[in-house]
Amino acid sequence: MTLQSILSGQGLMFLFFAAAAIASGLLVVILQNPLRAALSLVINLFSVAGLYLSLNAYFLATVQVIVYAGAIMVLFLFVIMLLNMGQANMHTSYRGVRTVAAFASAIGLGGLMSAVAIKGQAAVMLPAETMVSGSTAGSVEGVGKVLYNPSLPWLFAFEWTSFLLLVAVIGAVVLAGKRQQSSEGKA
Amino acid sequence: MSVPLNYYIVLSMVLFALGIAGVTTRRNPILIFMSIELMLNAVNLSLIAFGRYLGDAGGQMLTIFVMAVAAAEVSVGLGILIAIFRTKDNVDVDVLNGLKG
Repeated sequence: MTLQSILSGQGLMFLFFAAAAIASGLLVVILQNPLRAALSLVINLFSVAGLYLSLNAYFLATVQVIVYAGAIMVLFLFVIMLLNMGQANMHTSYRGVRTVAAFASAIGLGGLMSAVAIKGQAAVMLPAETMVSGSTAGSVEGVGKVLYNPSLPWLFAFEWTSFLLLVAVIGAVVLAGKRQQSSEGKA
Repeated sequence: MSVPLNYYIVLSMVLFALGIAGVTTRRNPILIFMSIELMLNAVNLSLIAFGRYLGDAGGQMLTIFVMAVAAAEVSVGLGILIAIFRTKDNVDVDVLNGLKG
């Protein structure tokens, strides 16, 4: 990265949000208190939303903040507080397990990085913004034009996503709901 | 004048490796779930970066589906956790060995 590219808008955004994402991701992994780890994860999700913005994915950055940082993290915090894990002393795993885990992730990371270093092309630069029939690919309009286009494969998958969510809702209710008559009814 | 694609890929790898480290070292299932979210986000980031640099809108579409799957996974997973907590009073994954795995 040359100085010029660092000082461009995308370079500054990338540096800032990448540093924030790595720092908060590290906190998610090392903090002992689950509540604090959850709040670090919120910061991490916001930083990743900022990186989406730097990639011109405006709609997905918004969805990231609303769905991930909003809905999913509220679910996490709700369960942490419901199960009273605020300062739960989970015994941490044995030292040997930790060493093996650290080695495994370090080797995986090193392998992937060397793959990028060997096979990756350093000169893949940012092209002009992708356009989808007249609108930017990252905008609500552009995403909708691709997602709901019957001649592309996404519409079919989108319809089945609704079924997936229905199954998830039913599953969550069945798993977490009260079972009062199950002791008499099923047994 | 811009950031090369490799920088986004390396950042995505670092986040993914952090997620792996979290899943393997944590004993609290909620924290394991959060590490999985970290990994899913890393993959989403690389998908969007590839889509942007290759001029293909498909990366963003895949990201939408990954988000939907993540939401479904979290709701079912936390439901299982609550069901376990109701019977066990302890959700440490080292103690939960009812399946003798």
